[in-house]
Amino acid sequence: MERLTSCWNCGKNTEQIHFCGSCSSLQPPATNYYDFFGFEHRLNLDPAALEDRFYRLSRRLHPDVYFRRSAREQQFSLDATAILNDGYRTLKNPISRAEYLLKEKGITASENGRQPPPELLEEVFELNEMLEELRQGDDSLRPQLEEAEQRFLKLRDEIDCRLQVEFELYDASGDRSRLLEVRSLLSRRRYIRNLIEEVERELVGA
Amino acid sequence: MSGLYQIDFGKPERVVGIDLGTTNSLAAFMDLTHPQVIPDAGGERLVPSLVSMAESGEMVVGNAARPLLIEHPERSVYSVKRLMGRGAADVGEEAALFPFRIAPESESVIRIELGERRFTPPEISALVLRQLKSNAEAYFNQPVNKAVITVPAYFNDAQRQATKDAGRIAGLDVLRLVNEPTAAALAYGLDKREEGTVAVYDLGGGTFDISILKLKDGIFEVLATNGDTHLGGDDIDNLLIRIALEDIQSEWGEDVAGSGEAVQRLRQAVIGAKERLSFAPFADIVFEYRGRQYRRRLERELFERLIAGIVDRTLGPCRACLKDAGLTPERIDEVVLVGGSTRIPLVRRAVETLFRARPHTELNPDEVVALGAAIQAGILSGEVEGKLLLDVTPLSLGIETMGGAVEKIILRNSTIPASATQTFTTAVDGQTNVLIHVLQGERELARDCRSLARFDLKGIEPLPAGMPRIEVRFLIDANGILNVTARDARTGKEQTVEVKPTYGLTDAQVEAMIDESIDHAEEDFQARQLMEARVQADHILAAVEKARQHDAYYGLSELEKQQIQDAVNQLMLAYHSDDYLLIRAQIDHLNGVTMKLAETMMNEAVRGALKGTRI
Ligand SMILES: [Zn+2]
Repeated sequence: MERLTSCWNCGKNTEQIHFCGSCSSLQPPATNYYDFFGFEHRLNLDPAALEDRFYRLSRRLHPDVYFRRSAREQQFSLDATAILNDGYRTLKNPISRAEYLLKEKGITASENGRQPPPELLEEVFELNEMLEELRQGDDSLRPQLEEAEQRFLKLRDEIDCRLQVEFELYDASGDRSRLLEVRSLLSRRRYIRNLIEEVERELVGA
Repeated sequence: MSGLYQIDFGKPERVVGIDLGTTNSLAAFMDLTHPQVIPDAGGERLVPSLVSMAESGEMVVGNAARPLLIEHPERSVYSVKRLMGRGAADVGEEAALFPFRIAPESESVIRIELGERRFTPPEISALVLRQLKSNAEAYFNQPVNKAVITVPAYFNDAQRQATKDAGRIAGLDVLRLVNEPTAAALAYGLDKREEGTVAVYDLGGGTFDISILKLKDGIFEVLATNGDTHLGGDDIDNLLIRIALEDIQSEWGEDVAGSGEAVQRLRQAVIGAKERLSFAPFADIVFEYRGRQYRRRLERELFERLIAGIVDRTLGPCRACLKDAGLTPERIDEVVLVGGSTRIPLVRRAVETLFRARPHTELNPDEVVALGAAIQAGILSGEVEGKLLLDVTPLSLGIETMGGAVEKIILRNSTIPASATQTFTTAVDGQTNVLIHVLQGERELARDCRSLARFDLKGIEPLPAGMPRIEVRFLIDANGILNVTARDARTGKEQTVEVKPTYGLTDAQVEAMIDESIDHAEEDFQARQLMEARVQADHILAAVEKARQHDAYYGLSELEKQQIQDAVNQLMLAYHSDDYLLIRAQIDHLNGVTMKLAETMMNEAVRGALKGTRI
């Protein structure tokens, strides 16, 4: 993203992120996580490179380093570090990273996360019945539930594989239709994750 | 008061690290390359976190308060850390075990009654901090106004805020609150290994913390933390006291639980036995009261069975912490033990079994946290380079939504500073206020979480319902304390936010306490200066008296002798005034008029010495 502002300290125009190119004073932080870390806006990110960048930026931006500086730079440092930490959390996890990029590209999450994917409809009905009976104290269904959980975990892994493929296709082409595919995979994944959590809660709680 | 605090000795400003503990507190500083504990004038390193009000109304702190705890338990406060940031409802039945009374109006802040006066926990803690501050000032012979203070990692916002308030009331600029386990990791210097995963198990007097850190090239990144701010050595003491009280009742046919003095004597007896049991296979609880003696031998085996439940309560948080860090016990490279209660062999065994690693115990578990705080102070002042702590918030932050549910906006174990932005609007036409209820905790419903504060967004432009867009930014700073700012998203204008803390003091209350304590601080400072000036006067008067026996004195002119006598008289007069500046001035004067005498004596001494060397 283009960024051209004048430095609060020396007034010169600066294209650099974080620090002024002329006087090297700390600048108001960029708010986009990709820009902040200096990464291309891609769905795939190398975790080691991300961590490395996170540590290096922490050393340069953290409030500890700005203790004896101006109040203004201290405030920038606090704001910047909050964005750094929030961004690291978001970009580290592939799912939240994809959600972030979709949002940035103006593709809002679909409401489908609450609707069961059509091909799972029957299975979800069956599961709900089993959960209901388990809640009423019928422990004999436990093995079946555990089996169901395994199936869902497998489904989730399959979605993760498909997501990985879509990530690569999008990164190579920048094709927006890939993002729509990512969105629908994410909403299915969310639904399945909720099912797994529910089953786990019941299995532990029962 | 200005001037007094600005005495410049040409020394760099000192930032001290303070461990404000449940049982003991201490301060440390960076001595070039290593942190060092700051002892008091008597060489004691720990200051008991104990405050008593003497009959004169004077507040007595630390070791000096020990006898008062026995004589006047109802006017003594210990373990006040357990009351920080809490309301009366949180303390519940525990209040019965404290010797002091809690005033009825204590819903949002506990008020401790001592004699005619009432104190909040931050004010009591401030007295302990003030003692540490004055010990440090005496040690460095210069004012100390800045500190890094440690808190349990699992402290919530209100408990952190209360600690910061205590620092402010004590006249300290609290540069940073650091989590105790993180400070301990820093003190151990485990970053010497380039990369690794460390678990810090911290069982203190009243709080328990577990933190898991990733270390890499001087960066201490906390991956997860967990704990219980109401679990520690105090619980073991209370358990033993309850058992002993029952025992005494059946043996003596008398219940002594109602006597504050008896309970405090018994407390000391069980603490003594507990401490000895860490090294010996058995120990005797010996309790004497009104001419009768109770003695009970406690075998370590029985002791361990009694406290097993308490030790077990630490393991749940440890497992949860591992899970949050996404690690199995095998992945932990090193384990560090912190807090006096980790001297108990059963605790060590439990930790060793869980983490499958032999824990580090090289550093004194009572001192390691303060040493780490001193290193963090050094990081902030620029003395220590290359190390950086990245800590996390222990509890999720949420806002109450319709129907009493909680929407989490910053999840627990998020690296701090952390932030979240939410947009709020109005529900009815022309509405100008929006109230946001902020909570901390992991549960789904607001009533099961800890209410933190209500934020009142004021002065919203009256518009049809749903039209205003108020962007609220929640920021947890590096101290783990929440800051809230708001702006009108349409106009970009800053919005006023009024904070109503659920637990704790308002800013205005803290300001009033600071004002009050500055008056006292002034008195304290004057008293200390006066005492020091008198000591100095004693020295010089004694020296002059001795010099008058010297041959050199008889060599002085009558005028010179008279001048010395006058100066001595004037110093004696000043001596009994309250004016230390006057005493100092008279000391200087006396020094001036005795200069020649001193030189003559010195020369003769040198000549004498030279004579002695001649063969
Ligand atoms: Zn500049």
